Formats: sequence, C-alpha cells, structure tokens
Amino acid sequence: MNLGEINPILLIASLMVAATPLLLAAIGELVVEKAGVLNLGVEGMMIVGAISGFAISVETGSPWLGFVAAAMGGALLSLLFVLLTQFALANQVASGLALTLFGLGLSALLGQSYVGIKPPSMGDIHIPVLSDLPVIGPILFQHDPILYVGIALTAGVWAMLKYTRAGLILRAVGENHDAAHALGYKVVRIRVLALLFGGACAGLGGAYISLIRVPQWTEGMTAGVGWIALALVVFASWKPWRTLLGAYLFGGITVLQLNLQAAGVAIPVEYLAMSPYIITILVLVILSADKSRAPASLGRIFHASH
Amino acid sequence: MTIPLLSLQGLTKAYPGVVANDHVSFDIGDGEVHALLGENGAGKSTLVKMIYGLIKPDSGTMLMRGQPYAPSEPRAARADGIAMVFQHFSLFDALNVAENIALGMENPPPMGDLAARIREVSENYGLPLDPYRTVGDLSAGERQRVEIIRCLLQDPKLLIMDEPTSVLTPQEVEILFETLKKLRSEGTSILYISHKLEEIRTLCDHATILRLGKNVGECVPAETSARDMAELMVGSALQTPERAGRALGPVALDVTGLSVPSPSEFGTALKNVHLTVRKGEVLGIGGVAGNGQDELLGALSGEITTAADAIKFNGQPIGRLGPTARRKLGVLTAPEERLGHAAAPDMSLTENALLTGSVRENLETRGFLKWSDARVFAERIIKSFDVRTPGPENAARSLSGGNLQKFVIGREVLQNPEVLVVNQPTWGVDAAAAAAIRQAILDLAAQGTAVVCISQDLDELMEISDSFAALNEGRLSTPRPTAGLTVEEIGLMMGGAHGMEVAHV
Repeated sequence: MNLGEINPILLIASLMVAATPLLLAAIGELVVEKAGVLNLGVEGMMIVGAISGFAISVETGSPWLGFVAAAMGGALLSLLFVLLTQFALANQVASGLALTLFGLGLSALLGQSYVGIKPPSMGDIHIPVLSDLPVIGPILFQHDPILYVGIALTAGVWAMLKYTRAGLILRAVGENHDAAHALGYKVVRIRVLALLFGGACAGLGGAYISLIRVPQWTEGMTAGVGWIALALVVFASWKPWRTLLGAYLFGGITVLQLNLQAAGVAIPVEYLAMSPYIITILVLVILSADKSRAPASLGRIFHASH
Repeated sequence: MTIPLLSLQGLTKAYPGVVANDHVSFDIGDGEVHALLGENGAGKSTLVKMIYGLIKPDSGTMLMRGQPYAPSEPRAARADGIAMVFQHFSLFDALNVAENIALGMENPPPMGDLAARIREVSENYGLPLDPYRTVGDLSAGERQRVEIIRCLLQDPKLLIMDEPTSVLTPQEVEILFETLKKLRSEGTSILYISHKLEEIRTLCDHATILRLGKNVGECVPAETSARDMAELMVGSALQTPERAGRALGPVALDVTGLSVPSPSEFGTALKNVHLTVRKGEVLGIGGVAGNGQDELLGALSGEITTAADAIKFNGQPIGRLGPTARRKLGVLTAPEERLGHAAAPDMSLTENALLTGSVRENLETRGFLKWSDARVFAERIIKSFDVRTPGPENAARSLSGGNLQKFVIGREVLQNPEVLVVNQPTWGVDAAAAAAIRQAILDLAAQGTAVVCISQDLDELMEISDSFAALNEGRLSTPRPTAGLTVEEIGLMMGGAHGMEVAHV
C-alpha cells in the first residue's frame, strides 16, 4: 500500500471529468422533471448519444460534430418518449423503461463496426496565464470544452428556472398542469420542449463518456450512469447547484476509490466500489431534509378535459 | 337602448350523451352583477368556459358591445377584458403570490414592480396580501384573494366568479361582497355563479336560471323569493328533510384531548380536540375547508392512530385501533373524496361494497370472498338509495358524482353503524339527492346511531344537526346546541374573518 502515489491535483482534476457525464444527464432530467414529466429513459438516451457521437466524430473526424450529433441523437430518441407519453398518453414509467431497453439495443446495433476504434481527440483548452497557474491551473483550466459546457448549463438552467418567465411557466406546468392549462399555457408543447432538452443533455453526457472519458466504444458502456443521474435529481431536491455538488461528490469518490484500489488499500474492492453510491446518497439525503418537494404534477398524465 | 357589454345568443354545446348547454341566451350590461343560477350539472360551468375561451360552442354567437366575440383561447378572452376566478382555485401551491399572479398576466412587469402593484391594488380593494408568501400556506380566503387580484390587475370589463363563497366564512363573504360592490360602482360587470340564493338576493341585479342546460327563466333577485328561485332551479317543489323528535341516549363517542399532526405537508394538525356524541345525536362540524377536517376524519376512522385514550367508543379506548378493527366495533366513516378515498374508481360497485362492508356484512370466510353475498349487498345499497346505475358490476368511476355519493353513504348507513362519521356528505350532489342523503342520516340517528357530520355547507348542518361546533386551524370550538345559533355566532366559531381586514369602500 502506498498512499503517497495518489496525486491530489490529478485526483481533483479527474473527478471533474468523471462527474461531467452524470452532471449533463442529470441537468437535462432536472428540467424534464421540473416540467412534470418523469423520463426513466435517461440511460437509453445516453447510450444512443454515446454511439451517435462516436460514429459521427469517427466518420467526420470532428469531435465537435460528434457532440452535436450526440445531442440530436438523444433528442431524437426522447421524441419517441414524447409520442408515447404526451400524445398516446401512455404510462411514463413503462415508456421510460422501454426507452432505455430500446436505446441499449439500438446502440449495440449501430455500434457493431465501431468497436476497437479510437475516436479523434478533442484536446484540452489552454488559456494563457490561467492554465499555467500552479495547482489551480491543472484543476480548473486545463480541461476539454464540454466539461465547461456542463457547468455553464447548470448555471443557465438555474438562472432560467429562477429568474425568467419561461422558467416560471415551466415550473407552473410541473406544479399543476390543470391550472396552467386553465390559464392558457400549452402544457404539452412546454413538456415536449423540456423532453427534447433532456434528451439532448443525456446524449451529450453519453458522448462525453465515449469520446473523452474512456475514449472508445463498447456496448453498454454508460454502465448505469443514467440511473444514477435519475437518483441524483431526486436526492438533489430538483436544485441545479445541488445536482452539480452531488455529481462532483459522486465523481470524486469514484476516482478516489479507484486510486485507493490502485494503491492497494486493505479494504475489499467491493466495498470501495460501492462507496460512491452510498456516500453520495447519504450526503444528499441529509441535505434534502429541508422539505423541498417534488413538482406536484410529476409523472401524472395530462389530458385536457375541455 | 344601450348595447349590452356581452350578449349571448343561442349558445349550444353538446358532449357525448348530454347537451350541456341548449340555446342559452342572455345579456350582461355594464356595471351589472348578473347571477347565473342552477344546480350541479345544469351547465353553468360549461357556459362560462365558453365565454372564457376554454371551449368552443357548437353553435350560437356571442357579441361584445355589438361586435362578434369568439375567443379561441383564454389569452384572447383576457385581452378582451374578461377575467375569471375559478371554483377550484387555479393556483400553484409551491410558488409565491407574485409568481402566481405573474402567470395569469400577458406581459407582467419585473417581479419587484409587480409586488409593489399587488400591494397597492390589494390595499385599494381591502384585500391585503403579502406578494412573497407561498400560496400553499395561505387560507382559502386568502387564496381566493390571490385569484381576484390577479384578475383586477388586468382591469377587466367582465369578472366571472365561479362559486366564490363556497370556501369562505360568513365574515369573509361580507368582505368579498364589499369588494364586488366597489367594483360594480366603478363600472365593472360581474357574472356571478352560485346556487346560494340568499347571496344572490343581496348582491345581484339580475339572475338567469339554468336547468339541464336550458335557460328556464330570468328574474330580479331582490324582488323574487328564495323559494321561487329554488323551484325554478330544481323544477319541482323541494322536500325538506324531517327530523323526528327523539331522546338522546348515553355517550357513544368520546374524544378528549385529541392532538394529531397532519400526514400531508399543507395539511392542518389537530390541536386538543374535545367532543362527545350521544346515541341518536347528530353533531355538525362546520369550518372552512383545510382547517383539519380531513385529519379529524382520519383520526376517527382509524387511518391515523392516536393515543388509546384520546378516542373512546362506549367507554372503550379505541385510539390505537385501525379502520377494520373500528368497523368491527361499529364505528364507520365515509370520507369526503368520492373517487380515490371513499371509493376505488376503477373497481366495480360490488368490489367497492366489499371493501368496507366485508367485516360487518360478513362477506368473507377465512380470507375468501363471498361474491354472491357481496353482490346482494351492493344491490341492496343501489335499491335503497336509488343509485342510478345499470347494475353493481359497473365501475365506480362510471357513476355521476351524486349517484356515487349516494352509494358511498348508503354503503355505510346499511351496515347499521353505532357511530357514523361523514365528511361532506352532499358535496356536488343535486338538491333532490342531497335531501335523500340528509334524510337517511336523520333516520339513522332516529334509530340511535351517533352521527358526526363534517360539512362546509352551513345550511345543511343547521338542517340536520342537534349540536354544532366549528373547526378553525385544527382547533374545535365547544359544541353548542344548534337551535338558536345565529349566523354571526357561527361565523365567529369558524374563526371570524381570520384577521382579514374589511374592504375600505
């Protein structure tokens, strides 16, 4: 055992990378749930985003186009969920589960010829002065651009929900869709837009795994991150900054336990492997003791009765 | 002749199997308070939804100041100066007052300015409101204020109010009426929907009466007796329930020092409730909705268990017993919410009869159900309570509100309870069915059952109860004999105006 081998600067820098797919998917799902829809298909949209992003960036050689394709792929798959739940009024839980299963199968099919290929690299940003700072530079200013997109999205969603009329209407629709309808707001249209946004975010999160974090394509490579994102939204009490905190905590402990395993700490590997889940949930449960509630219309089917 | 503000001509709207509005025509003038009167299901709500642009009429036209008016959506109606206060408040519990109001406006100013305007307008009309309070924490009267102020901020020409007083104490009603009179004096027209005749007589200039979707008459309420209007509404002479004189027996239900936290977040905790009900007595419990009614019913039914001694039945402590154990003893309850609490919507009437009847009606043996007996029991309920349904195999959801209510009450009454607790027994039920339900409750009391009737309908409580108490913020006032109680006293028992200021007119 040699704890000295763990470099704290690298550890913190890599926790941000580990947290980003989770953060992207969770922020998208947060908006969806704030609009009153429960989409359990996050995992499916992520894996479809992962393969569409991977395939397009391999074909075109541009990781940027890959990420755009990933967002579109995720949004496209969420459109299936939209059709099922918003127009055919199907059960949201069942539709979400179906979406995940469908996404896993579809991505495996699409990805057959991409196994074992290395995608073009995106490269890290380099800001003069800032990136060269000791300690702070490697931690904060030497990452790929998408990581910053994730943080910007969190800030954007937070500001949108809190300060804008669009955010107010979105929250109103999630809170009481009948009342929102009576006031003349287009409940279904708002939810469709939220779902598309959620799908695009999940797609980005998936592509982050296949293009940056790993980077290569293997079947089922999202490995449950979509499910963690779903849990994270709930335990973060539908608050964007708390979602970011939870994602970083999860990412941090994941990275730390990998480092500990490598350093040969005398704790059984299984305990280390389960630690991110337990600690993240524990911390967020304690935080969520302030009685914040789920959006009141969450998961309920809306049908305009008049 | 002046052109009326809004003129409805031959409005018709049909739904599958029912004509909700059949060639309804009337005019609303400037600065007029126009009453729209009718029983549940008479088509009042459909009519105002057409005016507010929520639904489109099948035929007929509307004219506003002589110009054709056909709003395609509520937004268009609002732009034309029509505002509506809904019967079931269209508010968002988790948002604050200012946010709720901003949602009802086309181009709301920034939050800070809006809050200032809310303060100003609310003070002006004597309806003070704090713009930053969360709506879920407000009383029913205050929530209604939010809706009214939301409308007033748009300077409406016509304000539609759908059953505005059903959730208010008499004192709060008075404050509301002062505000409405001030609006009228400023030239705003009001379309006032209600089935409470005395209110209409004091407030309204003109009344249109609907029955089964048709306009069956118009009158000037101040010059027409309440009884005449009621008969126009119902279409036949009304029967008032009879109460036989009866001697009260020993105490059957004894509640002492009952304190219960509310199971739901926006509910009200019960605080030190005392009450006794004797055999053959009907205790009426009034109060504005949300002051602990659901919690009291839950505590009495056994859904919320309490300290054993807090609730005694014939001297025996039952506070720790669950609903089934209490049913076995003879303490039966019929909760308020028909679909979901009192009945399982998608199950048949037979299954619903089984759900509460299995213990007392002996409908199961060693865990197996006796379907034929259950069916006989359900049929007995349908027959004795005149429930209109093709048969007991129909789903509870398929019954109209009034019919299901008769079934739910009948199911408990037929089990010969020793104590019966009902919450809102005639809510949303037409006058004839309501009279039948009240009569059944009185008959039951005459046979020696102790009855607790929780209701928001004060007229109902005055009609059937021997003693009266009111719930206010989870506290129960001391029960008093109903005979000789004045409206003023009842209002004070219900918490008066809840500290709300009277309109400064």
